[in-house]
Formats: sequence, C-alpha cells, structure tokens
Amino acid sequence: MNDTDPPVQDPRSSAILEPGHTFASVTDKISSIVLSRRTPRFWWVGFLAAFSLTMWLFAAIGYLLVRGIGVWGVNIPVGWGFAIVNFVWWIGIGHAGTLISAILLLLHQEWRTSINRFAEAMTLFAVAQAGLFPLLHLGRPWLAYWLIPYPNTMALWPQFRSPLVWDVFAVSTYATVSLLFWYVGLIPDLATLRDRARRKFFQVLYGMGSLGWRGSATHWHRYETAYLLLAGLATPLVISVHTVVSFDFTIGIIPGWHSTIFPPYFVAGAIYDGFAMVLTLAIPLRAVYGLEGFITLRHLQNMAKIMLATGLIVAYGYMIENFMGWYSGNTFEGYTVFNRLTGPYAHYYWALMLCNILTPQLLWFKRIRSTPWILWCIAMVVNAGMWLERFVIVVTSLHRDFLPSSWGMYQGTVWDWSIFIGTIGFFIALIFLFIRFLPMISIFEMRTLVPAADVDGEPPPAPGRIEGEV
Amino acid sequence: MSGQGLPLPVFTPGRTAAPAEPEPLDFDGLKKRLDGERGAGYWRSLEELAKTPEFAAALREIDNGRNLEEGFDRRDLLKFMGVSFALAGLTACTRQPAEKIVPYVRQPEQVIPGGKPLYFATAMTVSGFATGLLVESQLGRPTKAEGNPMHPASLGATDLFGQASLYDLYDPDRSQTLQYLDEIRPWAAFLGAARKAAGEERATGGAGLRFLTESVCSPTLASQLASLLRDFPGARWIEWEPAGRDNVREGARLAFGEYADVVADLAKADVIFSIGSDFLSCGPGNLAMTRHFSRRRRPEGEHGPMNRLYVVETASTVTGANADHRLPVPASRVEDVVRGIAKALGVAGSGANGSVASSPNPFEAAVAADLKAHAGRCVVLVGPEQAPAVHALGHAMNQTLGNFGKTVRAIEPVDARPSNQLTGLVELTRDMAAGKVSTLVILGGNPVFTAPADLEFSAGLAKVKHRIHLSPHVDETSAACQWHIPQAHFLEAWSDARCFDGTASIVQPLIATLYQGRSAHEVLAALQGAPEASGYEIVRAFWRGELGTDFETRWTRALHDGVIEGTAFPDKPVRMAESPGGSGPSGVAPGGASASSPPAGDPASPELELVFRPDPKLLDGRFANNGWLQELPDPITRLTWDNAALFSIETAKRLGIRKEDVVELKLRGRSLKAAAWIEPGLPDGTVVLNLGHGRTRGGRLGTGTGSNAYALRCSDALWSARGLEVRNTGVSHPLASAQLHQNMEGREIVRAASLEEYQKNPAFVHEKEKEPEPSLSLYPQYPSDTYAWAMAIDLSACVGCNACVLACQSENNIPVVGKDQVRRGREMHWLRIDHYYGGAPANPTHFFEPVPCMHCEKAPCELVCPVGATVHSAEGLNDMVYNRCVGTRYCSNNCPYKVRRFNFYHYSTQFRAPSMRMLANPDVTVRWRGVMEKCTYCVQRINGAKIDSELADRRVKDGEITTACAQACPAEAIVFGDLADKNSRVAKLRENPRNYGLLSELGTRPRTTYLGSVRNLNPALSREVQTDFPHTELDTETGQK
Repeated sequence: MNDTDPPVQDPRSSAILEPGHTFASVTDKISSIVLSRRTPRFWWVGFLAAFSLTMWLFAAIGYLLVRGIGVWGVNIPVGWGFAIVNFVWWIGIGHAGTLISAILLLLHQEWRTSINRFAEAMTLFAVAQAGLFPLLHLGRPWLAYWLIPYPNTMALWPQFRSPLVWDVFAVSTYATVSLLFWYVGLIPDLATLRDRARRKFFQVLYGMGSLGWRGSATHWHRYETAYLLLAGLATPLVISVHTVVSFDFTIGIIPGWHSTIFPPYFVAGAIYDGFAMVLTLAIPLRAVYGLEGFITLRHLQNMAKIMLATGLIVAYGYMIENFMGWYSGNTFEGYTVFNRLTGPYAHYYWALMLCNILTPQLLWFKRIRSTPWILWCIAMVVNAGMWLERFVIVVTSLHRDFLPSSWGMYQGTVWDWSIFIGTIGFFIALIFLFIRFLPMISIFEMRTLVPAADVDGEPPPAPGRIEGEV
Repeated sequence: MSGQGLPLPVFTPGRTAAPAEPEPLDFDGLKKRLDGERGAGYWRSLEELAKTPEFAAALREIDNGRNLEEGFDRRDLLKFMGVSFALAGLTACTRQPAEKIVPYVRQPEQVIPGGKPLYFATAMTVSGFATGLLVESQLGRPTKAEGNPMHPASLGATDLFGQASLYDLYDPDRSQTLQYLDEIRPWAAFLGAARKAAGEERATGGAGLRFLTESVCSPTLASQLASLLRDFPGARWIEWEPAGRDNVREGARLAFGEYADVVADLAKADVIFSIGSDFLSCGPGNLAMTRHFSRRRRPEGEHGPMNRLYVVETASTVTGANADHRLPVPASRVEDVVRGIAKALGVAGSGANGSVASSPNPFEAAVAADLKAHAGRCVVLVGPEQAPAVHALGHAMNQTLGNFGKTVRAIEPVDARPSNQLTGLVELTRDMAAGKVSTLVILGGNPVFTAPADLEFSAGLAKVKHRIHLSPHVDETSAACQWHIPQAHFLEAWSDARCFDGTASIVQPLIATLYQGRSAHEVLAALQGAPEASGYEIVRAFWRGELGTDFETRWTRALHDGVIEGTAFPDKPVRMAESPGGSGPSGVAPGGASASSPPAGDPASPELELVFRPDPKLLDGRFANNGWLQELPDPITRLTWDNAALFSIETAKRLGIRKEDVVELKLRGRSLKAAAWIEPGLPDGTVVLNLGHGRTRGGRLGTGTGSNAYALRCSDALWSARGLEVRNTGVSHPLASAQLHQNMEGREIVRAASLEEYQKNPAFVHEKEKEPEPSLSLYPQYPSDTYAWAMAIDLSACVGCNACVLACQSENNIPVVGKDQVRRGREMHWLRIDHYYGGAPANPTHFFEPVPCMHCEKAPCELVCPVGATVHSAEGLNDMVYNRCVGTRYCSNNCPYKVRRFNFYHYSTQFRAPSMRMLANPDVTVRWRGVMEKCTYCVQRINGAKIDSELADRRVKDGEITTACAQACPAEAIVFGDLADKNSRVAKLRENPRNYGLLSELGTRPRTTYLGSVRNLNPALSREVQTDFPHTELDTETGQK
C-alpha cells in the first residue's frame, strides 16, 4: 500500500474508528449493549443452542468417565486421537488474543484497540476448552494432579524429561497470565459499567469487579504500568506455549513428529488459526450489534494480512516437512511423507492443503479482504484446515510407524465428535455470556482514539502509515 | 434434639459464687471472735476468718450441695462427659458367640501359603492323543500348564491347547449340572434311568445299544468299553472324530494290509517332504516333531546339518509357512503331484495319471532328486486330510528310500480300537434312522454339530429312545439328547491316555470337580452297575492289572513322572502289501481304493474347489468357547474370532471378491454364507474354510462367531469337494485381524538369507545396518555390576506356532477383549507373532517374528512418561509401575515396536467371575482400567529365582529363570538369561554373527535381539530368500475401524 492508492469508496475502510464519534458516544454505544439495550432475540437463540451443546459436552464427559477412554477411537498404534488434536487446535486458537493484546500493544498498533478485548476473551475461553482435553484423555483422569510437582509423602515427582510435564507449566502459566491480562484491562471499563448500571445487583457486581477504581491519575498510572508489565510477560508466552506444545511431538521418536521445524511452524500455525477465529467471531458480531464503526474494514484487512503472512509460513513448514522426508534419506521419514500424500488418510492431507494453503491465497486481493462475508468464509476454511493439520500430524504419523505389523487405522467415534463439538458449543456459550455481561470492546481505549483525545495536538496518524507498519 | 425438658448443663468458667449482695463485714464482731482463738490459724480471706454464714454457704456449695442448675465447671463437665460416653459404649456390648477357630497347626505337606506353587504331572488329550503336562497349582487351584520334560510328546514344551486348557477348566459357561430335558436332576435320577435302560437293553443282548465316543487312546476307557461290549454282545461302539485320522489308518491298511501307526524321527532327517502334513502345529507328536525339526534348523549345526523342508499343500499351514520350498496344489491334484514324485523315486507301480506325466514340474524333480540323494536320511510325511492312496504312496516312498528303521518306524496303532470311523458313523446313522437304536450313549464329542451334513445325524438321533450325552458344555448335541451329563475337565478327573508313540500317562486331577462333572469312566461304570465307582478306583484297578508286581511304587512313580515307564510301543515289523497284480505295493496304483478321490470334473473349466481343514485354534470346534484361543490370531491370516472363506489373490480378483465381503458358498444344493478373506499362497480356484466355527450352542464366546463349515461337509468329501459355486452377496461382514499389514515394506525387519548366503557371510544380518555408536547417546550407561537380563529369539528356529503367545497370556493374567476391541486395534497380547510375506504373491515365503518388549537400554517410552510410571531397573528391565500410571499413552506412541498394551476399558473385570478368579496367577497384578501394560520378561519369575538364589548366597544360574514364552516354546527359539554372565546361553547367542537388534538404528539398544532367519534353499529351485513383497489386494484398509 502507498499513499497514491485511490481512496476506496467506503470511508470506514481505512479508519480505525468511524469519524464523528465522541467520548460520550463511544461509551454509550458500547456500554448500552450490556446495560440498556434489550437482549436481542438472536442472543437467546444462539446462547440456548450453544448451551445445549455444552450440556451435551458434560453428558459426553460423564459417559467417558464412567466407561473409560475406550469409548473413543484411540487404539494401539494410534494412542492419541481427537483429544490431542482438539487440544492443540484450541490452544492455537488461544494465541491470537494475547498476541493482539500484548505484542501489538508493545508495537503501538492502535488498530488493535477495538478487537483486543474480545480476542482476549476468546483466548481465555479457547484455553479453557484446550485445558479439558489433556485431563480427559488420561486413562485415569482423576490422577491428573500427579503431573504437578507437589510435595508428597512418597517423595514422588513428575518425570521432568517428559514434554507433557512442560505442557502443564506452559499451559497453566499462559492461562494465568492471559486471565490476569484480560482482567486488568477490564478494570476501568468495569468501573464505567458500575457507574452506569441502574440496578443495584449489577452496581454491586461490577463494583466488586472494578476493585474500587475511581479513575484518579494514580490509578491510571498504576494501571498503565501493570498493563505494560503484563504485556511484556505475555509476549514470550505467546511464543513459548505453542513451542512447548510442539515439543510433545518433536521429542517423540516417531517419524512425522521428530522434527526441529515444529516450534516455529506450530507458533505460526497458532497465530494463523487464532486470527481466523477472531475474524470468525468479529464479523458476525459487528454486523449484529452494529459495531462497524468500531471494528472497521481496516481491522478486518489487517487481520487478513496477518493470516496471509502466517499462512505462508505454515505453507513453508509443510514444504520443509516433505522436503526433509526425502532429503533425510531415512526410510521411515520418507515413508511417512509418502503415506500422508498417498495413504489412507491422503484425503485429509489434500483437504488440509486446500484449506490452509490454497484458499488463503485469495487474501492477496484487496477486494476480497474488504468483503466481510468472503473473509468470514475463508476464516472458517482456515479454522477447519488447522484442525485437519493437527489431525494429520497426530494420526498419520502414528498409524504407520516403524513396524508394518503394528500399523492400524484410526477413526473418531460418536463420543469423540460429541466432545469436540461440545467444546465448540461451550466456547460459543461463554462468548455469548461475555458479550452480554461485559463490554466486548474496550471503552476507555476506544475513547483514546476519538479526535478529542489527541491532547498533544498531533494530527491523527495517517491511515496509510499505520497500514504500512503492519 | 430429644428431651426438651432436660436442662442442658451450662459450662461456666471459674467458680460461680452466689451473686448475693456482699454484706459489709462486721469488724468489731470479728475482732471479738478472734480474741478467743489460740495457736496457729490460717485463713485466706477475712470472710473465712470471720466464718460468716455467706462464706459457709459458699463452702457448702463447693463441697456437697452442688446445684446443677447453676452450671458446671470444666472438670465436672469432663467427668460427666466421660461417664456418659462410657455408659453409651456399654450399649454396644453384646456377647460374642463362642466359635472355635482352628489354626493352621498341621500344614498340608509341601504347601507354603502365599509362597511356592506345586507342580503335578498330568496329561491332556486332544483327539485321543496325550501330551504330558506339568500343571502349576497355587494353593490347590491349577493356574498354569507347562510341558512335562519327561513326556515324549511334550519334551517340556506345550502347544496352544495345553496352554488354553486352563481357560477351559474355569470357563464360566461350562455345564455345571446334570440335566434331563433341560431340567436339573440329581445323579441318582440318572442312575435310575440308566439302570432301567440297561435292563431294557439286556433283554435284547444290547442290540439297540450304541456307544459313540471320540477317538479313544485311553487303555482304561477302552477296557471298560470292551467289558461293556462283552456284557451286551449286540451293542456297538462307534468312534467319531470330525477332524480325524481315518485316511491315515486306511492308508496304512492299504500299504501294509493292516492298521499301523508310522512315527517319524525328525532328529535324523536331513530332508523332510510333507504332503499336507501340518506336523508343526497339530496332530499327534507335534511338539516332539517341532523340537527335533527346529533343532536342525540352526545353520550353526549343533544338532547336525540344517534340514530342508519341502511342502506340498493346499491350505496354508504353519508347516507350509516354514517350508524351504512350498508348492500350493489344489486338493484334487495333490495325488498327481505326489505320484509324479513317487514315480521319479522309482516307487513301483506309482504310474501317474495321464494328466500329470506330460510336463515334469521342476519342484517335483527337485524333491525327488533331493530325497534320493538323502535316502535313509529323509522322511515323507502325509497329512490326515490326504486320501488313503496318498498315504500309501507316502509309505511306499519311505520304503523305497529305505527310511523304515532309520527315520520312520511303524508301531501298533495307538488308537485303542483302530477303525474306519466314517463307516461306523454312517452305519450308526443308518441304524438310527431305521429305528434300530434304542439307547445311544455319547461320551464326549458333539456329533450333531460335526457329523457330515448328508448323514442327517440329528434326524436319526431324534428316533433314538434313550439319548445320553456327556460333554463339558450344553452344546448342540446335548440339546438333542434327553440326558446331559456335565463332563469333568481333565484337571478334575482321573483317566489315562497314550501319546503318539504309545507311551501311556496317568491323567491326574489337580482339583476336585468344580461342578457336578463326571468322567467317561464313571458314566460307563454307572451303566455297568457300579454307580459309586470313582474314576480313581477305575483307573487304578486297570493299571493294577497292567503294572503287576510292585504296583504302589510304580503307580506313584507314574504319577510323579507323568509317564508310565516302558509303555512305549515297540517297532512293528510291517511289509508292503503286494497288490494283486504284483506290480508294486497295493493301494499305490492309480485309481486304487482311494475312498475320497474327487469326482471327475472338466479340467479345462475353472471349477472351484472347497477345502476344509481343522481350525488351527478351535480344531473341530471343541475349543469354540475358549476366549484365549478365539482371540489368538490365526498364524497366517492373523484373524481372530472368526473363520473366513479364504481366496487366493487371483481367485478373488476373478470372482470380484474383496476382503470382508460375505459370499454364499453353494455346494451340492447346500449353501453357507461366510465372510471372505484374501490369502496369498493358496492355489487358484481353491476356497479354504476352517471347521469348528459357527457354533449355535457354543457358549457365550463360541456362539455366532464365524460360519459353520460342517453345513457343507458331506461324508464322501470330508476334506475337499469340487463343484463349488461362489456368489458375492454384496453384504460385508467385519472381520477382526490382529495384523493388517503383512508386508515388510522393504525394511530390515526379519533379516533372512539362504544357507548358501549364510555360509558365505555368516554376518549377513549386519549388511545394511546403520546402528549408531553407543557413545552418541547423551545419557550415561546403566550400571553393569548386576544381572543384565536379555532375550534372544532365533528366527531360524521359530516356527510361528503361537504357543508362546498363550503361555504369556496365561502367566501374566492378560485379559481377553473380544472381537470388537480387536477390530479397534486393542488386543492385549504382550507377546505377538508378526507374520510377513515375501516373494511372489502366488507362492510367498512366510516369515514369523515373535515380538515381546525389547527392554531397550535407551527406551523411548521411559523418556516421555510424565509421571515416571515406566522406569528402567538396574538389571536392564523396562519396568511398568501400574499404580503410578495415569494413562497418557505417550509411551505407547513413542514405542517403535508398539508392544505396549493399554486398558482402554476395564478389561480385567472378566477375572471377577467366580470361576475365572481362580484362573489368575497370584504372582501377577491384575491391571485396572486406564493403565498401560506390557511384557515384563516375567519379572515375577525373575524375582522368585533371585530370592531363592539370595537365600543360598549365590548368583542366579543360567537356565534357572525361564520366561513363560521360552518355557512353552517347542522350538527352543526363545532363550532368556543374564548377559552379565559371559557363559550364559543368551550371552553366547548375542555373540552369534546372526544376532541383530530390531530397529537398532534408532539407538534404542534393545535387550531382546533376533537371530537372522536362514532358509536351506535347494539351489535347483531358487537361491535367494525374498523378503520384498508387492502391494496387493491384501493391503486394502479393511479389518479395522
């Protein structure tokens, strides 16, 4: 992009806040969704649907706990199936929020402001779903706490060479920091809601949440410091979590897992998927709640560009994997690649290529990037593609490893699907609760984008410049 | 709360003085009173000094006149509480009844509770022939069968059936009660009925009385039957064994003019030519034959130069799979091929049928040349499925080659009364149908299920007035009989039996009958009017007569040793019977009395041929309810829980049949639906169907698995029939194969070479090896100052008989998971035998490879377990800590050998059935749901031996510890021991140039190693062992979800 580009027709396409907004209008518009506007019909319908799926998830979990892990399709040789696929997928989705909030904050990307709040919420909810799977996939889930180093009379510790123990630390740290980051960012807005709420119950509820925020200069000073520190803390975590998750595979000896490219390739994939999920949620939300003024086409475009970039990194990863299969000269590695391309799961592989490499190439075109419904479709395709990617990594590597005598097949059962779809329902239910009870866009940060907030007298940054920084 | 009226005591700290207004002290009065006092006086307060009435009242309260309503102090409260609790406790006191218990003062001899098991010698019979066993008894319950080293048919090894016999004993579906028309009756009721029936029969001299038994090699039972037949001169005794040896007997009669058994000594044979004989997996003497065969399979030649095995067969058997050269031949052409070879050998009168002689097959020429070159040092074996004429040819070939007296010898028949069983059964059904039979006593066997379909046995049976059936299960025949008597298991009842060479053993029970079981001896005694005779007395009475002087000593010795000394049959001089024309031995000439020769067909048309054979696991169906055997993979097809119609690749292609398609087999107006499976190496145009499946009343496990081949089996075509029509129904039936890929994919898994190549390069297994240097590992070596357990498996010796798999299952409490779970890839066998094909799909080479845990020194599984549930012992064992396992299954994912097994469900609940609970080995933990498990090298045995050795203050000696698999192995292919002892057998095998580690290029440094497979190829036929196998229809992804 450069300045000589002809202006697009829609003035909102390049702005990060629709012109004409004032402090009051921003606050009114966002807080009214929670406080004054009637809960729209679609919310009830959507929430009830998602809530039913959540209940089905709990039923499926109950059945799993009563009967045992055998209700899933896992077997020998494919000891990990949907559970680990879903775990990695959800953790990946949980990357965008912190990335948007922390890294883009540190990089002074102001356009992040309108999407960071619900991206963070999405992160939390996705990590919550992800966290279910490592527990549920255990043969004896009630003993999961044995993975945590705690002092005990038998002086037994976890086995620290196992990447699964690293996972425990990586995921729990990430979940904690993400929660703190999200909550700290919420405090000033909770205070706004407290002040505007008319019913006692909500006044008390938001009041407790806002921790006595009065908006004094000291409060703001401490808030800024804490938020910046947390951003600094969260930034390495974005990289580390998925790196550690990728170690679950790279530490293994299995061809198709034992690869040094996994950490960067997993992180890129996670960001790719995370942004796809943000788009998946943001596009319908802005349409339904009329938030086109806050989440502008500019946001959508920027996210699409990030997806394009990370998608290309992921494509590079696929390419190197296949190349190394040949270049290593290793029979087993070579066969694994061959088997992925032509074996019984080849249709998964080629679907993955279609979803993750071919489809996102459409994002090169600005017209596509600025057409929300197409963007939404592409995001959905990428979501599916990233799930397929994890399926291909987990299942096709395991199902045919070293000794052909132990080769087998894997297929998810109805309970595998129930739990997977159930977590999607649970996730959406949480998102629905979030948009109903908390401001989905950061009110106070949006207010800093209003022209009146520009106290230094500097002109607002030119749109082209910001785009160029992305 | 009850007792509302009761004031609750109130606890008040400190003294509560009366809260009355304190009156002012009267100092004057006080002074006055004190004036009169003398001596030492002590006081604590002026009030005390003054002895005021208030003070006195307060004192009174402290000492005596307590007022409860004013509250308690701390001490009183505690006192009251103490008393109340003590009184409350009294209510719990009831008088205990006096029950005298008896301490274990007099310990039963040799029994150490919770300690050492005892072993008893006994014998198991399959189709009449005995195999000696040593059965482990843990506090009175049999838990494990081992071979009896002193028994000639065992030599210390066991086969599948010996191992699985324990499961049969505790089978919860066993018949438990005597029944009359499905109603439970006491034994006395049967005795009454038997007496009445016997009375009726006696009136006619037993003209309507028939006894139907299985093959009888029990001298006692035979003498009982003989005596009954004397009592009832008109009665008849018929034997019926569905997978029997009629052809063997008739063949001998054709050749020698009389019945005789021919026993081969493979230890002396350089060349073995098997004509459809599966001597390595079943049949009389299979274990001894396997032992002697595989001793000569080692290219090092400790027991003589390597032998060479040629096999001509139709269905693929374990023996065929071990052949150096195998020729698949349709059943109808076997005789022609054999005739061709016999002719080449110069067997007189073997003139071939016209169709053969035209082109001498290179295989036939090579076999003939090799046999000739090894005359007197070779042997020709013929399988019981072959026509009598082929048997006669086999005997003639052995005769011509001068093998009699060297590698083969003839003995008196081991069968108590050799006869043509089929003829007997045909007569019986004819008599039954004609109403000539009034009482039929069926002792064992299941003729309603197994009789040839054309005989209409059940229709005839319905016309018999008194029908009595003795069997271990309420089966198809029991349902058709009025009386069903539960048969005692051989570990519950006394009996005796002869093995393949005539050696007799006493079948010694280890446990009292679990249910109301009776042995055949007891039933016969009851019919003879001795209803209370116990099996023990009957068997002893017989042998008292046989053993003569010094009976008690010899009897005790026989029980202890498991064999009765001097009962082996001596050589029987036989002479080839001359045919009437004098052109050669009788029966050898073409068109001789071959009873089951196929009806002539048009050789040009691709007519299909159906071949029956006993199932390698269920035999004739008798083991259908045995979970261990049902779940054991077939050695070649690797199928579990089902039989299938087996097609060669070409035939399947021609007929458009894929794996798991349900096909309708039509033969002479009868039809049967069976699932199809593709098996390379079958002759084209042949469909193979195993007997014994498709039971309708086979118990919970045996009913409804597979297809009943007997439905197509006719009396004139017991083993093969032409004119089969096959129709693909388009439906598919899931089959559970334990191994979906039998192709090595060009990987160095089983490393094989011909003897010629081996002699050029004994270290051929290392040719393509890329094993990393030990120094490349970052982790330090494990200490080597203690034992270093290791295992070596000789792939040249292993015949793939599966005995080790069941031995492991029995020893280690491995659960049976069922067909659905096997299909999902969740079978639990700790030790599996991989089977691979090599070479051309039309006639592939077979490779077997037993795969237990490798106990890698650098084990990938240990690294990834997050809770340290799988750890390395100082002795090199890769240990599983079941209690610690949380079930991430990461270890299994990371195991390159995939030998770990996971309890996806709570499989071990099967050990909760009251009888099955007794099956479990008390030395091995029964595993819970959600826990990983795997081969432990039988750590319970290792520790047992270590404790013994530590008590004696010495190291464990080589051979003192045997794993269950190694102990069962008839081929001695598995050797376990201590690597640290440089003189141990396993340490020496590790030095063998053939020794290699499976996937050792991964740096796992496995403790289990393999010795490369060597085949003794005939250079005239081929020079190279092919391990590569093309991708075929076999590889379609069926058989698993």
